[in-house]
Amino acid sequence: MYTILYTILLLGGVGAFAALALFLTAKQFHVQEDSRIGDIEATLPNANCGGCGYAGCRQFAEACVSAGNLENKRCPVGGDAVMSQVAGILGIEATSGSPQVAVIRCAADCAKRPTTNTYDGAKNCKIANALYIGESDCPYGCFGYGDCKDSCQFGAISIDPETGIVSVDPEKCTACGACAKACPRHLIEIRHKGPKNRFVYVACSNKDKGAVARKACEAACIGCTKCQKVCEWDAITIENNLAHIDGDKCRMCRKCEQGCPTKAIHAVNFKPLER
Amino acid sequence: MKTFKIGGIHPHDNKLSAGRRFEQVPVPKEVIIQLNQHIGAPAIPIVEPGEEVKVGQLIAKANGFVSANIHSSVSGKVSKIDTITDAWGTRQQAIFIDVEGDVWMPDIDTSCKFKPTCNLSAEVIKQKIADAGIVGLGGACFPTHVKLNPPKEHAIDTLIINGAECEPYLTPNHRLMIEKGEEIMVGVQILMRALGVDRALIGIESNKQDAIDELDRIAARKEGIEVIKLKKKYPQGGEKQLIQALTDREVESGQLPSSVGVVVQNIATVFAVYEAVQLNKPLIEMYMSISGKEMEQNGNFCARIGTSVKDVVAMIGGMPENTGKIIAGGPMMGKAMIHIDTPVTKRTTGITFISAKSAPRFKASACIRCARCIQACPMGLEPYLLYKKALRQDWDFMEAHHIMDCMECGCCTFTCPSRQPLLDYIRVGKATVANNIRARKSNEK
Amino acid sequence: MKKLISPAPHIHSGDSVTRRMGYVILALLPAWGVSLWQFGLGALLVTAISVASCVLFEFLIQRFLLKKASTIGDLSAIVTGLLLAFNLPSNLPWWIIIIGALVAIGIGKMSFGGLGNNPFNPALVGRVFLLISFPAQMTSWPLPNQGFMHYMNAETGATPLAKIANGSLNISLNDLLIGQTGGSLGEVSAIALIIGAVFLLATGTIRYYIPVSILGTAAVFTAILHACGIGTDVLTQLLTGGMILGACFMATDYATSPMTKLGQIIFGVGIGIITVLIREFGIYPEGMSFAILIMNAVTPLLNRLTPRRFGAPKKKKQ
Repeated sequence: MYTILYTILLLGGVGAFAALALFLTAKQFHVQEDSRIGDIEATLPNANCGGCGYAGCRQFAEACVSAGNLENKRCPVGGDAVMSQVAGILGIEATSGSPQVAVIRCAADCAKRPTTNTYDGAKNCKIANALYIGESDCPYGCFGYGDCKDSCQFGAISIDPETGIVSVDPEKCTACGACAKACPRHLIEIRHKGPKNRFVYVACSNKDKGAVARKACEAACIGCTKCQKVCEWDAITIENNLAHIDGDKCRMCRKCEQGCPTKAIHAVNFKPLER
Repeated sequence: MKTFKIGGIHPHDNKLSAGRRFEQVPVPKEVIIQLNQHIGAPAIPIVEPGEEVKVGQLIAKANGFVSANIHSSVSGKVSKIDTITDAWGTRQQAIFIDVEGDVWMPDIDTSCKFKPTCNLSAEVIKQKIADAGIVGLGGACFPTHVKLNPPKEHAIDTLIINGAECEPYLTPNHRLMIEKGEEIMVGVQILMRALGVDRALIGIESNKQDAIDELDRIAARKEGIEVIKLKKKYPQGGEKQLIQALTDREVESGQLPSSVGVVVQNIATVFAVYEAVQLNKPLIEMYMSISGKEMEQNGNFCARIGTSVKDVVAMIGGMPENTGKIIAGGPMMGKAMIHIDTPVTKRTTGITFISAKSAPRFKASACIRCARCIQACPMGLEPYLLYKKALRQDWDFMEAHHIMDCMECGCCTFTCPSRQPLLDYIRVGKATVANNIRARKSNEK
Repeated sequence: MKKLISPAPHIHSGDSVTRRMGYVILALLPAWGVSLWQFGLGALLVTAISVASCVLFEFLIQRFLLKKASTIGDLSAIVTGLLLAFNLPSNLPWWIIIIGALVAIGIGKMSFGGLGNNPFNPALVGRVFLLISFPAQMTSWPLPNQGFMHYMNAETGATPLAKIANGSLNISLNDLLIGQTGGSLGEVSAIALIIGAVFLLATGTIRYYIPVSILGTAAVFTAILHACGIGTDVLTQLLTGGMILGACFMATDYATSPMTKLGQIIFGVGIGIITVLIREFGIYPEGMSFAILIMNAVTPLLNRLTPRRFGAPKKKKQ
């Protein structure tokens, strides 16, 4: 009989003591926090991808609350829908940004870009980039070892096992920019995407002179300026023998794509051109 | 026998060309002299296309303190200054010279007479070395005059000469010690003069007994120079390892060798110093070995800088058909080249051919935590851990675990039974951490 | 022909996991030979069943559960099977061995991600599981030298350790050395085990820190206890039971032992002390397996000890 009593008393006592200790500790170390931080965090996608420039969603929420405005703050993953909710929590006007997508500015497979050697090191773009030019003669192109793919949290990047070409799925891409940071050759650009996930871009980053670039790769932009001449919207600039289409100015008329002699200009989610 | 204390491995030394005398490679019809042949800023060309140059004439000036002069290795006419693609696909600026005759600068002593005495002052010696464009010829190519001017607060008492040549296959230093022993000893004395020290230690690994005997014989006549036999162990030629093996002093992490009162120079550098100071001959020739197990013939060659590597290899019948990998330097730290159609530079200490059969890497399996890499690491690091953290991109952890101490000797990858590419990833980590440190420092400023 | 390009180094020692495991297997063969001589058919069957089922389970788990490439080629499953068999009595029923193998490979190894990721020595996990689940079968050791054709029908008797525990040991050191005693398969002959250990040391497969620190600690600790009038003498302590087998073959398992010299020494000292404590004061006559498993659990902590670093700044005297 006493055994049961002692047991109950002892265990009850230990429990009560622990509860008191926990209560006092919580009281002592309580941190007053703006409840809006938690609210904003809850509306965010909580992917912690760092696409906003902060370490994670929590830090982004803290920054929003402490600044009180949304200047230069945008969650690329959540897009306008999430940002208007965040603005609602903060009680301010939402600003809308244009939807964006990551594009890889190289589209050379082995058929277009002959290899001059075989890479036998660890399959990692950073290692290869620190070592040498790569398997072809193009010092700017994609290695295809998938640093970007590994960095993508949303499974948007895939590598074609046949051709080795790396491609981004515009449906899944949130334009968080992790891949752009991971690419040691800076091939990935975060750019505007139009309705129906459509966009037109130059799928090449080769800054060599036309002849050199062409010799290394059939699909290289040779800086011939044909696209620039044909563009009615003044969206195309050519610098260092390389064309670039400004995503904000481009109206996606595809005239440049039609004229490109090396087919370096790609239009995504359009029907194939009749040439 | 002396050696360093932590780690190290014993790869087969494969010194196939050790028994062959240096042969002079004929002067080619055209040389291509790169402007970036050293650590530091590339040199600035001071000749124009169409200009006539003589052998030994300065054609590109050092750009700043950590840089080196570059001299013409031939006489003839500068045809152009243009971009070339080197053996790694990198674009480099280079001076092209069409060879006409072989006219040397008048102040260079071409009499082939041995000049044993040097009474010049330390300052004059250092200036001559800087003028001659001498860089560390162990492969790192750090300008020698910078090394000879250590920070003022470091008192130098010992000069160490690196004759370890621990890298498998390479033999130019070995041959130089045998064929140019007298000159090298004079070079050592000149360097002792330049540094104001009265003690020099020459460390040579035990697989070069003939070189040890030769230098020992000469050193007996000289004061303050001692030849020390070292156990054969890689990476004995690593600067910090060599200092520890010879003097038992340990250079602290992140410090220069001069912090323990030591300056280290390589054998080939010492010979270049002799030529520069005694003969006024700038660094225009490179001594190198060409070897490979599949070669019918291995050899050691002396070639003018700017000669095509292809021409040098042609001296022994060209590259073997079944070559799978061409390495500039030795197999432990050398760089694999895409082709041999590239000019000889101050970095060229040897070319090693590996057959297609033995060139591919082994397939990796999972780490079994056998700790071989820890045993092998001469810097006392934990390569397996750094490798795992590099995969996870935990750069701060790597920094805290002293990744900057890594000298990329390759012992860990060499010894790993799981055949993991440890060093490949550790290098990425090292580069990233170095960047982070630099960024932090510039932020502080 | 296109040239291969890879970062340095361009040569490899040629060492491989398979070779390391092969060396361990070779090193275990002398002791296995002694157990064949002593226990005959039983030893052969127990080993065969253990090795075969370990390899089979590894293959099946990798093929059908984990769906990744099989690694049975690296011989590590064979080593586990052999070590498990070495820790079993030679009259153990076949189905118990298979359960042991399943626990060793399935729980001890594969559930943690396979070779290199297991925190506990798989063979010992299997052995201890069996010891707890089937204490009667696991502690009835057949007597040696009963002729070849005995398996489950072998006559059984107490092991030297059990005899020490109940105070009735009368066995010569000679018998302990060459294995004229009862016991688990692999633990009977000290000499055969030492030959294997020397082979491992000579080939560089293991380093001497762990075996020496275990045996040294056990010897010193036993001597102290013996001087105080407790327990057995040093030589008997070292030569009986799984002391040498554990110290040279089980504790030195790569994945489950610390990686630095200092860590390995602490690890060995811990095993030595715990083993002697269990043997002298615990209810089990043998404590080696438990000691190793306990210290395996400490290994991640010991792995935080860093090796001596070249050029580490010396602590300045203040």
